[in-house]
Amino acid sequence: MAKYLLLKHYRGAPAPVNDVSMDQWTPAEVEAHVRYMEDFAARLEETGEYVDSQALSPQGTFVRYDGQGRPPVTDGPFAETKDLIAGWMVIDVDTYDRALELAGELSAAPGAGGRPIHEWLEVRPFLDPHPTTTE
Amino acid sequence: MDEALLRALIPTVIGVLVRRGADFATAEDAVQDALVEAVRRWPDSPPRDPRGWLTTVAWRKFLDTVRADTARRQREERADNEPAPGPGRAADDTLWLYFLCAHPSLTPASAVALTLRAVGGLTTRQIARAYLVPEATMAQRISRAKHTVSGVRLDQPGDVATVLRVLYLVFNEGYSGDVDLAGEAIRLTRQLAAATDHEEVAGLLALMLLHHARRPARTGPDGGLVPLAEQDRTLWDTRLIAEGVDILQTALARDRLGEYQAQAAIAALHADARTVEEADWVQIVEWYDELVHLTDSPVARLNRAVAVGQADGPRAGLAALADLDPSLPRYTAAAAYLHERDGDLPTAARLYTEAARSASTLPERDHLTRQAARLNTRLRG
Repeated sequence: MAKYLLLKHYRGAPAPVNDVSMDQWTPAEVEAHVRYMEDFAARLEETGEYVDSQALSPQGTFVRYDGQGRPPVTDGPFAETKDLIAGWMVIDVDTYDRALELAGELSAAPGAGGRPIHEWLEVRPFLDPHPTTTE
Repeated sequence: MDEALLRALIPTVIGVLVRRGADFATAEDAVQDALVEAVRRWPDSPPRDPRGWLTTVAWRKFLDTVRADTARRQREERADNEPAPGPGRAADDTLWLYFLCAHPSLTPASAVALTLRAVGGLTTRQIARAYLVPEATMAQRISRAKHTVSGVRLDQPGDVATVLRVLYLVFNEGYSGDVDLAGEAIRLTRQLAAATDHEEVAGLLALMLLHHARRPARTGPDGGLVPLAEQDRTLWDTRLIAEGVDILQTALARDRLGEYQAQAAIAALHADARTVEEADWVQIVEWYDELVHLTDSPVARLNRAVAVGQADGPRAGLAALADLDPSLPRYTAAAAYLHERDGDLPTAARLYTEAARSASTLPERDHLTRQAARLNTRLRG
């Protein structure tokens, strides 16, 4: 088994095919979207492939050290161009193909008009923390 | 209380219950319940016959479950009428359980989880922690696996090769959390070796012991990977090496070679040398030839190319490498190593960097990054 991170972007990924921002959807469409995500996670829990998922606030701030005794520097609230992560799901699956299959399924979550949003998800393998025995 | 003894009894007791007519999933649950009771009661009144005690209590738990479930009445009657088994079947029962847990209908990951739980007696929480997944996820994996094999009656002997592959998977997961999976794999393989007479079981046990013997030298104080060439060989466990070599020689004497014996033979030749240069690389290459012949494994071919580099010089190693698919895991790392030994430092540095980017484990990536940094520093200086 190997773990993969499915990364959802607010910004930084290519635009989804069905690109209507969520505040323009009907409440029923939002409801259907949320339920799809919950069902998806519940199904992975049943198959034993679920590890973790979290949603993130869009309020991201870049911070860096600015020298001894000085407060850290931030890029302020108006950095409209930086990548933002909306949330993630971690899965533990048998093969890379299975990871792609699941990401494709997650990307088919219903959006405006009840049609799939075809959202672009980033799939990243975790590095295994264990050294292999082979020498 | 002797936890090791308790865990060693688990497969036998599950086996007895199943032989008396219990289905596997319920039997496994009943034994877990009995273990809980043992943990509670044994410290005050240790039983004279732990196995008998555990079997009796587990059987009672099983009957309780069955009686509570009217839909299962038929099975209860069948089970009640089954005569209790005589002594002397413990080894058979254990073996049966190994085959069941490694059944080909299970994915490798499920087989590993089920083996650790039913044969190894680890708790679901311990297994979940070792694999860095939530306990609920591991519980689901195990319960699905139990369901998958619930109807399987092993009338013919199962496939030893499948069992060995599962145990080797456990061994290679190494160490994390509070369970030492490598140690656990060795314990289970010892048990399997005691229950069966098969040269490849001995071969795998020897291989595990020889690898395990080097473990204290494989990571530095900072947790980083130390390659074979730089390991402090005084840290190798000579007692484990001696035991591994002994088991291997007995297995090889039967003249039925298999992949684990061949790998163990290579490990034994490493264990026998005081330095990398002193190792008998010509013989190591010969064993890799056997291994390639037995498995046709691309990984074996890659390792063979590196061994050729030691036996006949880096140019010969690179030539052997040129015959292989460059997309093989660790191909680039091997090429970097051979180019460095050939004196082409700029190429080696570039390849180490490239290999680090495609490494699949953290210790390997850090190690390759350090190799690239070392060469780049030398090239600048």
